[in-house]
Amino acid sequence: MTPEQARPAPRQDSQDPAIFGQTPWQTVGPFFHYGLPWKGGADLVGTSDIGARPELMPPEHYLLASPSPKGEIAGETIVLEGVVVDAEGQIIPDAMIEIWQADAAGHYAEGNTGFVGFGRASTGEDGTYRFRTVLPGSIGEGHAPHIAVGVFGRGLLKRLVTRVYFEGDPANASDPILALVPPERRGTLMARKQDGAWRFDIVLQGERETVFFDV
Amino acid sequence: MSLILPGSYRREDAGQPPSLYPDYGSTVSRSPREPLVKIPHTLTETTGPANAWSRLMGESMADLTSQHNGEPLGQRIVVSGRVLDDDGRPVPHTVVEVWQANAAGRYIHKKDQWDAPLDPNFTGAGRVITDAEGRYRFISVRPGAYPWRNHHNAWRPSHIHLSLLGPAFATRLVTQMYFPDDPLIEIDPIANAVPMPYRQRMVSRFDIETTEPNWALGYVFDIVLRGKDATPFENGQ
Ligand SMILES: [Fe+3]
Repeated sequence: MTPEQARPAPRQDSQDPAIFGQTPWQTVGPFFHYGLPWKGGADLVGTSDIGARPELMPPEHYLLASPSPKGEIAGETIVLEGVVVDAEGQIIPDAMIEIWQADAAGHYAEGNTGFVGFGRASTGEDGTYRFRTVLPGSIGEGHAPHIAVGVFGRGLLKRLVTRVYFEGDPANASDPILALVPPERRGTLMARKQDGAWRFDIVLQGERETVFFDV
Repeated sequence: MSLILPGSYRREDAGQPPSLYPDYGSTVSRSPREPLVKIPHTLTETTGPANAWSRLMGESMADLTSQHNGEPLGQRIVVSGRVLDDDGRPVPHTVVEVWQANAAGRYIHKKDQWDAPLDPNFTGAGRVITDAEGRYRFISVRPGAYPWRNHHNAWRPSHIHLSLLGPAFATRLVTQMYFPDDPLIEIDPIANAVPMPYRQRMVSRFDIETTEPNWALGYVFDIVLRGKDATPFENGQ
């Protein structure tokens, strides 16, 4: 046996940054509820505990945050809600929705004060997600008010990205992102006022499939 | 009207999985069939809640073995590494959320009905923040493999779920960290949705330097997010 044969061949270093690019996406799977959606994560303006599903774990194993005080927040408070459904129209009770939006004046708050336009909601057993937030302002000339949305879940190997626009807003006609969407599909990006809430259903596949973006 | 902002981020690279991967059965009815609409990065995509994570989620929880009265069962591990962008620059002060099964492969989640024991001393949820050089470190136990119903005799390899916000909406990442000596990786449809050699990026490296004598095995796992991109956006590109 030569000295080379006495030693195993060196294995490729999976952590060598020279070999690979971005870390690949993987699904959140069905059991993310005790790891990601904190209480109040879906309430961007108040101190309710919507967003989490604490009933899915024993109470002593709920270690995620509780709702934090938000202070005075300018603008019109809205409810944004809808169901997430699959190709067969079946509701999806194990999805997670994230939103990112500007405040009522159209500013993105990235710092440590003021309104934070980030929220996280799990869908319930009825497939419904629900956020309490403010109606965003326009982020610049020509841009219609909108909310960026990420969809996660079992069976979603990577995040799906879409946008909520608000039906009836005249600025929709000039929005540069909506202009990139085929006109017959723009309706899937419009939240509609229904029973006092803005309704935005997310259809992952099939007829009326929601427009998803490559960002 | 210019849609281009100097702060745009790079697009996903060749190492990302498709949305539809039929061997992972539940992608079939949950992945879109229409083509994605490619959009330029506006302020919406180049900003994010990076600096507000503690206001949102709470403080760091870096030791998953000390969250209850006793020590959890299983092989104690230290997982550390760096969060980088794909130019090799560190991503400082960014949050990494983690969750995992216990040493027997059982999640604390009530819908996990697999007949393996729960561990009253282990929840499996944590959260760390990277330092100024993009480094992170957390302490846990090695999760067990577990069966799932995707196909006959399907078992998931040991894995830790990781979730990162990064600096912007466009840099969001959720991934899974695997272990280097695990024969289940090559027969796992979720890992295999990522083409080779990129799949290897998700396999951590055993590391004697970060292994602590008489205490815990060290695994290194670097996480690479999308970096800044200067390529102009062209519609239909
Ligand atoms: Fe898992």
